[in-house]
Formats: sequence, C-alpha cells, structure tokens
Amino acid sequence: MSERDAIVFKYTVSDDDFTRAGEASSDVKRKLKQMNVSPEVIRKVSIAMYEGEINMVIHADGGEITVTLTPEEIIMELKDKGPGIADIEKAMQAGYSTAPENVRSLGFGAGMGLPNMKKYSDDMSIDTVIGVGTTVTMKVKMI
Amino acid sequence: MDKFTNSVYLDEDKCVGCINCIKRCPTQAIRVRNGKAVITKKFCIDCGECIKICTHHAKKARYDKLSVLDNYKYTVALPAPSLYGQFNNLDDVNIVLTGLKKMGFDDVYEVSAAAEIISSISRKYVAAHPEQRPFISTACPSVVRLIRVRFPNLIEHLLPVVAPVDFAARYARQMAVKKTGLNPEDIGIIFISPCPAKMSAKNNPIGIEKSDIDAVVAIKDVYPSLANKFMRDVADDPEELAVSGKIGISWGRTGGEAAGLLTDSYLAADGIENVIRVLEDLEDQKFDDIEFIELNACEGGCVGGVLNVENPFMAKAKLEKLRKYMPVSRSHSKDILEEMDMSALGWENEVTYEPVFKLGTTMQESFAKMNQINELLRKFPGLDCGSCGAPTCQALAEDIVRGNAAETDCVHVLRELYYGGADEKE
Repeated sequence: MSERDAIVFKYTVSDDDFTRAGEASSDVKRKLKQMNVSPEVIRKVSIAMYEGEINMVIHADGGEITVTLTPEEIIMELKDKGPGIADIEKAMQAGYSTAPENVRSLGFGAGMGLPNMKKYSDDMSIDTVIGVGTTVTMKVKMI
Repeated sequence: MDKFTNSVYLDEDKCVGCINCIKRCPTQAIRVRNGKAVITKKFCIDCGECIKICTHHAKKARYDKLSVLDNYKYTVALPAPSLYGQFNNLDDVNIVLTGLKKMGFDDVYEVSAAAEIISSISRKYVAAHPEQRPFISTACPSVVRLIRVRFPNLIEHLLPVVAPVDFAARYARQMAVKKTGLNPEDIGIIFISPCPAKMSAKNNPIGIEKSDIDAVVAIKDVYPSLANKFMRDVADDPEELAVSGKIGISWGRTGGEAAGLLTDSYLAADGIENVIRVLEDLEDQKFDDIEFIELNACEGGCVGGVLNVENPFMAKAKLEKLRKYMPVSRSHSKDILEEMDMSALGWENEVTYEPVFKLGTTMQESFAKMNQINELLRKFPGLDCGSCGAPTCQALAEDIVRGNAAETDCVHVLRELYYGGADEKE
C-alpha cells in the first residue's frame, strides 16, 4: 500500500449531545458512496461506527475518531478519555450495560453497542486503561 | 431510453444566476455556470424544491397541456386525491368528477379508489413478509429515486407494490376497452397530478415495464375552469361517480397510506429533508421495531406538490373535513381483482441501485479523486458562500475532480492569486 492510497478522515465526537451522534458515520457513509464501495461494506461500516459514536457519548464524554481508507480495508479508530472498561468480557455480552437510567430511558444503553460493533466489523480490538481511556479499533474489509 | 429522465427544467431567460436553488437542492444537483443554473440530470430526483424556492420562477416542471385530450377518441381522467383538497366548501366529490366529464373527459376513475385496492394488497404483502420489515412506501417517485441513488442498503425494504396511479391507469384502460370496444391506443388515460415527478414516473415507471398513463396534466391547469365553470354547472345534480372512501382520500396527505395499512407500528415523514434524516437513521439501524415507513418528498404529502393551487396545509384541512362522513373504504380488491390480472399489482421489474455519486469508474480512480478533493479543500475557505456556483466548498472540490469546474472559480483562490498572497490593504 503506497502512502497515496490511504485516505484519512478525522472527526470529533461531542461530549454530551445525543442528537449529534451519527454525524461522523453519516459523513463517512456519504464518502464511501462516492468511492465505488459495495453497499454491504457501507452497511457494516455505518452500523459499527454509529454504535461506536453512541458509546463515546454515553460512556466517555466524546472523543476522536480517525477513519483510514485503503483499497483493502477501512480502519476506524475510536479514541476516548473516558473511565475505561472494567470487564471487557462482560461488556461484550449482548444485553450487558452500565449505561445510566437516564440514558436507557431514551432508548439507548440496551447492551448491544460493543456486540454490534464486533458483529459488523471483520476485526475489532479494544485497548482500555481504567481512568485513562479506551481506544476501539475496528476493521472492515473492502471485499 | 435514458435510465433517468427529469421533469424539472430551467427557463434560461428567467434565471438570474442567484444561489437560492443550489443551496436548497437536497442532492446538490444544481450549479450556476456562466450565470445560469444547470441541473445535473442524474443527480436530480424531481422533488420540486428548486421550483418552490426560485423567486424568479425560472424552475419549471414538464407536464402535458389540456389539449392532449384531442389526441384520443376516448379519454379517462384519473384525478389525484389531492385535487379534492383544492376547493372551498366541497362536500361531494361527485361534483368534481362530474365537472371533469363536463370539461371534456369521457369518463373518470378516482386514483383514491385504486389507492384502496393498493392499501388492501399492501396489507396482505406486509403481513406475509415479516422478514422484509420495515417496509418503505413506494408511492412517492422522488423518494424511490432518492433511495436508488443514495441508500442502496434500503432498496430491499421497498414495498414492491405499484403506485395507485399506475394501477388506476391499467384498470381504467381495461374498463374503457370493454365499454367502448375501441383499440387500447385510441384511449387516453390522463392523470390529473399534483406532482411533476409523476411525469418522470410515467416515462420511467417504477417496478413495471410500461406505465398505462398516457398524459399528465397539472391540477393548476385544470383548476380554473373546473372550479369556476364546470363544477358550478353540475353542482345541483352531479352523477354518482365516486367510488372511494376515507382510506383512498387520505392518500392525498401525509399519513394516509400508513393509515390504510391499519397498523399502529408506523411512522410518516414528509418534506424531503425530513425524509433524508429518516433514511439516514434507518441505514444506521436506529429504528428496530417498526413495520411501515411512509415517506413523502413534499411537506404535507401530495397536497404539497408544486402543481397544486391551494396552500398544502389548507388542502390537508379540507381533505379532513371532506372525508369525515365518508365510509372507511368503498373499493374492494376482491370485486376488482376478479375482473383483472393479479400481476398488475406487484412489481414486474427489479428496482436497482444506481451509484450516480461515485467519483470514478473504478475504486482506484475514486480513491485518487478523493485524495485530490482533500487537497483542494485545504485551499478553500470553507465558507460555503456559493459564489463559485456550487453549494459548498466540498461540492466545488468534487466538481473540479470530475472535470466540471476550476480552482479559480473560487473567489478566494482567485484573490490569493491576484494579490500574490500579499496583504490586500497595502
């Protein structure tokens, strides 16, 4: 992969505004549709990234997303300075949630965030340190 | 035939080259070039927003003139339900329908009657295919076209049932042939339409091979003589021609199609920007448990179409009043389908994704162009001022890599070049 083939987009996820979550994934979606990317890949990227964005708003006061496109794959790096994930294994279970009640009452925090992110990406890794923050890296293959 | 035709076009003499339409267009299909607006056909979804916003009346819609009636031996008018919302104090639809006959049509068949059949067919289809939920309505041609070019992952959710007007046209022709013994081509099936997109849908039908609509005339062209003369002439003793009830009439405004499905699990969004928001959220799977999604490009639904006369919200209020004492439904699929071929109701052709927004023909080319766009964006001020003729700096950058514009179209780039980067105050 040559340097020229990689395209990088950076987004800031706001700290507490639910209504803005999804802006970054919308922009990425729009770009992928301009780049001959298959609808199936667009579907995976948009769902995985939207779930990630919502997580950053609920748990971590926002953060930064870096999306790197190459002809082979799309890499989404979601970086926050939140509380960190105490038990990754539990967090990966469908239905497990530490979201506060006020968030759940809005229909979020159903415990499907990380499981869906894993389901819709081809590869996912979580790097988390309690009290420091979490970086989730998701990869979706182009083909 | 061209895959996409458009009904919206520009009257060059009236266009002054302002930026109102380029800013309003939901698919960024318009640019101002050489002082005139230019519509990129493949991006245009015929929503009519530019017609509504243009203060110079330079954006127009193609439709047929009333003189089209002279081309046929026998004509059938298909009035859209929104037509009934245009008149003051109307309490009997028969007056409108008899007025249309007085005007020169040989017969009438209400699109609202066809809508009741489509509602019943849709109810059966939705119940039989839970795996396809949520269903997205397909009666608004602008919405279907938007989904085809921008939301490929939602195509599988489109309700594959013909639009009421397409069914009405097919049924009306069959009935007219039976009644008159004429050849099908001697019969003119003429839609009285609130909507310019229906003209494009006639030429490029959705889900069917060929539309039975022969001509589309505007409600606003029919209205003056219908309201002021023909309806008055027949008001005291109209013929019994109306065959639709609440369900059919309600299709003229937002929420009507959904109501006809008799489900509580639906949402109805109207206005093209609202429609886009719903589709974006749907694509991200934000809504999980909903059966039906009704989408209308125009605010208020079909009463908001640009070929109407009355204010959309007033027309909606008038429809509500009119439908109050009507029976729920008067056209029943069982009776009519016995006379007809069932295949007339489902889609015959697949509706496919048309990636019109792609930058290059291959992924490699598109990547290179996306990189160029990013480099260009660093040079532009990000003000989205529209002076270059594109709605945003991003759109200008896309135009440049597509070979349709130059960097110096940006006044800020040009100024930099002119002053050589020196402080212009000196």
